[in-house]
Amino acid sequence: MGNLTEKKFDFIIAGAGIIGVIIARELSKTKNRILLIDKEADIGMGASSANSAIIHAGYDPIPGSLKAELNVRGNKLWEETASELEIPFKRTGSYVVAMGGTEFTMLEELYRRGITNSVPGLRILSRDEFLTREPLINHLARGALYAPTAGVIDPFTAVVAAAENAVTNSAVILTGTELKGLNLQDSKITGIKTNRGDFYTRWLINSAGVQADSIMHMAGVRPEFSIKPRRGEYLIFDASRISLNNVLFPVPTDKGKGTLVSTTVHGNVMIGPNSMEIDWPGSPDTTSEGLAEVLKNATRLVPSLKTSDVIAEFAGIRASGGDHRDFIIEIPQVIKGMINLAGIDSPGFASAPAIAERVMEFLIEAGEDLELRKDYNPRRVAPPCFHKLSHREKAELVRKNPAYGRIVCRCEEVTEGEVIEAIKSPAGARTYDGIKRRTWLGTGRCQGSFDYPRVIEIMSRELGIPVTEITKKGAGSELVLRHTKEKEAV
Amino acid sequence: MKDIYDVIIIGSGPAGLASAIEAKKTGAMDVLVLERNSEAGGILPQCIHNGFGTVLFNKDMPGPSYAEYFTDEAEKYGINILTDTAVIDMTPSRHVYANNIISGFIELKGRAVVLAMGCRERTRAQIRIPGMRPAGVYTAGTVQRMVNIEGYMPGKRFVILGSGDIGMIMARRLTLERARVERVVEAMPYLTGLRRNYVQCLQDFDVQLDLGRSVIGVIGDKRVEAVKTVKVDESFFPLPGTEETIECDTLLLSIGLIPENELSLKAGIELDPLTGGPVVDDKMETNVDGIFAAGNAVTIYDVADYVSLAGYTAGKNAAIYAVKLKNNMIAYRHPNMIKITCGYNVRSVVPQYVSPETLSATGFTLGLRAQTPMEKNVLIEILAGPTVIKSYKENYVRPAEMIIKNIKPNEWFCPGIEELSVIEIRLIEME
Repeated sequence: MGNLTEKKFDFIIAGAGIIGVIIARELSKTKNRILLIDKEADIGMGASSANSAIIHAGYDPIPGSLKAELNVRGNKLWEETASELEIPFKRTGSYVVAMGGTEFTMLEELYRRGITNSVPGLRILSRDEFLTREPLINHLARGALYAPTAGVIDPFTAVVAAAENAVTNSAVILTGTELKGLNLQDSKITGIKTNRGDFYTRWLINSAGVQADSIMHMAGVRPEFSIKPRRGEYLIFDASRISLNNVLFPVPTDKGKGTLVSTTVHGNVMIGPNSMEIDWPGSPDTTSEGLAEVLKNATRLVPSLKTSDVIAEFAGIRASGGDHRDFIIEIPQVIKGMINLAGIDSPGFASAPAIAERVMEFLIEAGEDLELRKDYNPRRVAPPCFHKLSHREKAELVRKNPAYGRIVCRCEEVTEGEVIEAIKSPAGARTYDGIKRRTWLGTGRCQGSFDYPRVIEIMSRELGIPVTEITKKGAGSELVLRHTKEKEAV
Repeated sequence: MKDIYDVIIIGSGPAGLASAIEAKKTGAMDVLVLERNSEAGGILPQCIHNGFGTVLFNKDMPGPSYAEYFTDEAEKYGINILTDTAVIDMTPSRHVYANNIISGFIELKGRAVVLAMGCRERTRAQIRIPGMRPAGVYTAGTVQRMVNIEGYMPGKRFVILGSGDIGMIMARRLTLERARVERVVEAMPYLTGLRRNYVQCLQDFDVQLDLGRSVIGVIGDKRVEAVKTVKVDESFFPLPGTEETIECDTLLLSIGLIPENELSLKAGIELDPLTGGPVVDDKMETNVDGIFAAGNAVTIYDVADYVSLAGYTAGKNAAIYAVKLKNNMIAYRHPNMIKITCGYNVRSVVPQYVSPETLSATGFTLGLRAQTPMEKNVLIEILAGPTVIKSYKENYVRPAEMIIKNIKPNEWFCPGIEELSVIEIRLIEME
């Protein structure tokens, strides 16, 4: 994700979240030249890296909406996408839990909506049947709506996997690259201005998440539309203290799907989110009040959740479209060569492959040649994960590559080999957080205390940069400011 | 490389090295020490402050010199220390699996094993400080390693949370490296580290200490820009109107240590919830035969010399066990182990079991910690049932300072002591 001499592309995609990378992956299978840019120091730093990690079934969105159609379609497509890209994905099924008589009637309403949306396999479970499936649930539960097609995914790995596959198929990714303006000729996009100079392009695909509205406004599209970012806070529990196998939702309200209690692909219980409109810019922060609210809501479903078993907390952001409740997926009338993807909040992740499919359809309708190259490779191979291997496999791996013989993260047992792999992979990490998210290093009991000095050393060596240039998440977040005994710059 | 060793020691810190030397002296033939760092000594090489060796050598040494004494001894006795080697699995039958960049993934068997993994630091996640996630939040030990071993300065203006020893020592160290330590903030109403460190590291360097305050927020997107602190009551509830925002670029956490025992759990070893380490007897043997434990993996010590002394005990008994096993003899555990329990104001005690034989014949070292400070005329009382069989006077007891007592043969005695199931220890403040 480094330097670039090439300046001419067929498609530039602004925003390397899940939507951007999946579209980049689809386009990279064709003969076109693809550039994917993101203003952050790594891909997937926005909504895609901090969310509920659920592939929703699709009973919730209003029938007839894009959300309804693309969620159900996307849910189906994830099966193949996850398999081709070796993304951890489990079809766990999900339950909407009714706590009283009124809520139980709402399950029937949701069930009907789901049937209209063509969600397969929906069933309303009695209290008794539900309790045998999830013993930790509040015994006051009246019943649940079961959706067998819902699943859990590792969202960041999904972003990385799709991006790696896109790069393998010759897409170019530039991180730390912010779109600053558009170059237009006769109401047609001819290029973009960035902090790294200008690039020519025939198409600009705007998948910029919370900043999708400002790019639309640059082109004079929907001046009245604005993104209202919402913060969601989450808590993660120690897997050795509590575990459940299911994804549990409360009955939804006007405000959204509510605080869920779910398992993750890593086996931890996760609860969240709440929903709070926040000012942009700035990264979302966690608050004592918000986390207390999440815990209170979640214990209504699972009373045995205890604060003392919490091992991590985080906040994520959702690029909600405010009053515009549905996704915006469009080639605007007023300008040529642009596709806008905006207001992609929940179920955006679940819908991503279907959104990409829809974009391809739009482009074909617009006369683009999207014929697949014969030599494209649909597969991405997941790198080795040392701690998941058997003793025999570990021995074999270390024999082949001694770098896997050095443990750099003691809690999660991440080896130097995995860190090097995370840096050298096609959409490689350039930041400490990038390595953390790719390898799961530093996420355990010691939260990085042990690995910091070791990772700094490996990054400096592998990237060929001084330790003072190693950052946590891009310029301004340097981990080390100077060497000891060195004079402070005055 | 051999596959079978008399004694395998996991960790080469002050406990592990002492264990190895004593095991060898006691008659173990093959002693192997496994160390995950690139250098032997555990945490000692980064502890360049003094305060080591006062008990064992009657000398005031810095950490690296203290380590050097033990590594020199180990070399003299022909003890093999394998560095860059992380043990990642262990079974109750003492099979040890380790990863090394040169030897690869190795499987070893110890006739006896000593667990000397030390401890790790509590983190931001454990005390759940809300706010953003910028660069510049580190545990004190990590910064100690960065500054003293790697030669990096991670910040210019520090706030330190926690008045533990490492935090206070780092306040001095960072000041000497021309950083500014804006504040040391401690949630407890009293100091949690040693008083001498307060005098030498904070007072002497004009670093302000705020007792009864805690950090309740981290501000900054890319890098820490400030932390929010607040006064807290004795149940750690924030007192409204007492918030203070302190500008800084680094938050250093010195909020306690936790014995590191993930391996112990894999080997089926019982842990004491009060210490966080294995339950051990006076021989430092765990509930699993042939697996011994010593040092900060067992309980958090505040003086390294006592860590090494516990290592001597573990190493000696591990060697005795291994030699017996080699000669097809059954290692003996007394059928009636007496449990030592925590009475009034005692937070934890080590060892948790003692044999009547040890009480009458050899004596042992007892370590205990107080729950809350008692500042004058304290009595440590040893009880057999309702009867006080021994008491000791102390000028004060403080949670920060472990109380160490060398119990001589028959110092604790009452008729029928060999039949007792429990001995209780309590702390009493006299009027």
